[in-house]
Amino acid sequence: MRLSIFRSQEQSDADYTLPDQEMTLLDALVYIKSNIDATLTFSAGCRASVCGTCAVRVNGKEVLACAYKVKDDDRVEPLQYHPVLRDLKVDKHPAQQTLKRSTAWLHDYHETSLSHQDEKQSETQTDCILCDACYSACPVYALKPDFLGPFALTRAYRYSIDKRETGVKNIIDTVQTNGIWDCILCGECTAVCPKGIDPKMDIMMLRSSSVQHGYTDPSFATQSFGTPDFGSGFGF
Amino acid sequence: MTDVLIIGSGGAGLTAALKAKELGASVIIAGKTYPTHSQTSMAQGGINASLANVESDSVEAHIADTIKSAQGLCDEAMVRTMCTQAPQTIAWLERLGVPFSRLDNGGVGTQTIAQRQMGGASAKRACYAQDYTGLKILHTLYDTCLKEEIEFLDEHYLLNLIVEEAAVKGATFLDIRTGEVKQIDAKSVIIATGGYGSLYHGYTTNAYGASGDGIAAVLRAGGAVSDMEFIQFHPTALKHSGILISESARGEGGYLVNSQGERFVDELKPRDVVARAIFKEFQKGLEVFLDLRHLGEAKLLELLPQEIALCKLHERIDPACELIPIKPVAHYCMGGIEVDNQLRVSALRGCYAVGECANAKIHGANRLGGNSLLEITTFGAIAAQNAVHYAAQHQVKEADEAQLTQDRHTLETLFNQEHDINFYEHREALGKLLYENVGIIRDNVQLTEAMQAVSIMQSQTIQMGLADKNPTNNTHLIDFLEFKNAMMLAALIIKAALQRDESRGAHFKIGFESANDAMFKHSITLSKETEV
Repeated sequence: MRLSIFRSQEQSDADYTLPDQEMTLLDALVYIKSNIDATLTFSAGCRASVCGTCAVRVNGKEVLACAYKVKDDDRVEPLQYHPVLRDLKVDKHPAQQTLKRSTAWLHDYHETSLSHQDEKQSETQTDCILCDACYSACPVYALKPDFLGPFALTRAYRYSIDKRETGVKNIIDTVQTNGIWDCILCGECTAVCPKGIDPKMDIMMLRSSSVQHGYTDPSFATQSFGTPDFGSGFGF
Repeated sequence: MTDVLIIGSGGAGLTAALKAKELGASVIIAGKTYPTHSQTSMAQGGINASLANVESDSVEAHIADTIKSAQGLCDEAMVRTMCTQAPQTIAWLERLGVPFSRLDNGGVGTQTIAQRQMGGASAKRACYAQDYTGLKILHTLYDTCLKEEIEFLDEHYLLNLIVEEAAVKGATFLDIRTGEVKQIDAKSVIIATGGYGSLYHGYTTNAYGASGDGIAAVLRAGGAVSDMEFIQFHPTALKHSGILISESARGEGGYLVNSQGERFVDELKPRDVVARAIFKEFQKGLEVFLDLRHLGEAKLLELLPQEIALCKLHERIDPACELIPIKPVAHYCMGGIEVDNQLRVSALRGCYAVGECANAKIHGANRLGGNSLLEITTFGAIAAQNAVHYAAQHQVKEADEAQLTQDRHTLETLFNQEHDINFYEHREALGKLLYENVGIIRDNVQLTEAMQAVSIMQSQTIQMGLADKNPTNNTHLIDFLEFKNAMMLAALIIKAALQRDESRGAHFKIGFESANDAMFKHSITLSKETEV
């Protein structure tokens, strides 16, 4: 079996031959590093799809290396929109800054009664492992590096619907700029999430909540003033 | 100079940081990865607290269960502290916004938190968030750290503690990205670097990075370790990948059956008992399976969604209609850095240790499921209190750069060293050796063989140089430094196991099949002087 992997020093792909057996991409990377080329650099942790360390792109689609079974001629690259530190290892700091900018935490706690139904409301959103797959798949970043992005907005949404939160408006206020209205609702984030999270839906829910808090879609507002903005389609 | 330097950014480190900050101290957390990538994310089943939300329970019962499982090796006062504070710890996590699973009982606050059965517990005591309890606690702690503007130094690999006149004054780190060796000065240090389960490479549920770096650093600095021989083998890891299937699968009613379809053990006994029972089936030439089929697909997807996905991916098994092939593998280290009842590291003033890296004398010879998340969140706060107090009470003069200079020199030498031997082969061999010779059932002949093998391996270290000479982002170098720590700790595990001529909890030795209280009802403590 042959695998092609992006090498940052050469700025090109290198080919590796693997034993013909079923293996995860992470096992394949470890095999290569241990037996063929110790300089191949990647990040790995739990092997069980929960630590969020090993996301990469295979044939242009984001996957967790530990949860993807390699196929002949697969092409492996680092995540997009992350500074590449070396080979498949990327700098996650710029992406993770979006959590801080979106104030995705519990602002003001108050004691309340929660039910099984309440648990279900944010069960999937809180499965997020911060692997950054959605960030890498989001086309908005190609044009707008300051976008808060899918995982941060999902997390903001998760706290905004927590019945323990009395500071919902703080969260809603924060996600207006470079946030929910910049999403083009393409659903690429949803398609690549290894935990089945639907950030697109969460962003739509935040939009709805924002309207209830008195905000309006800025691109829609522009359109209603008759400026010739219909052509952009993205509302930037 | 920071008041408190926390090394390790898992659940224990994040808890300690939040508490130290709350107390007004300046805090830095340095970790070798990103906070949410830590081992805490892998804890699945739950966190114990006698809330009695589901059935009658008490702090006393929690204490009694923990002491019983520890089989004579715990400090009962420490157990009492942890179990008594457990409800407050859960209340704190509730205030931070941890998305626990809930009951429909109309209560408020923590009263609605769902609780489940775990092995060795006399009541449904483990609060949970589906089978993602550790993940969801860890991420909520992280979100709160961002809120509280805690300073993180990610991708900083601990090299050594800086010690002058038996007081800790900071630590040296390798900045993995730049390759620079740095010194961080601190008035007090909390070590929260996790366990050493990944020594059992290929035979562990643990992440690659669980290599005991903090424990090894404490040993090098003159501290001690204890109970190193008590490695918990989790009964139910997937047979081929070693990936964990939570104990809650049995807590929710799963059976263990052998290849003849027979149940052979009470599935809810503590982990040491169940792991040995499975191992004995293996010795008879039988395979062992976890049987969840009778629980039904809907219940499985509700309670154990992560497990179901992992079985499908790694074993190509649908637990709703097929048996899950399992084997016990190394899962948790009961022992670790020797600390006193204030979590102070022995012989190192100003230094504290908490979580799996420390031996706080809670788990003794066998840890109960649901007590590790409780330990990191409860004792993480206590370690912080004590470290902040120490920092406030002591005038600390900045350390000189002797350690920094030495560590820079050591790394330079390593980069120039020959690499005739591929250490990855030895990492693999060490994992297999430990699993086979220092595993679930031990004997002195096999332990002695293992000790000899580790000694040979250590003597060959000089030939195991680096195949990757790039100073920046050199994960090969990190793998090697971890492996050196692993070899050091492996020798201590074996040494303690050889000394303990009895069977107690997770340590079971042929020829000495029962506990010998007269000789061994105490921890075996080892330090650099006793190191082989």
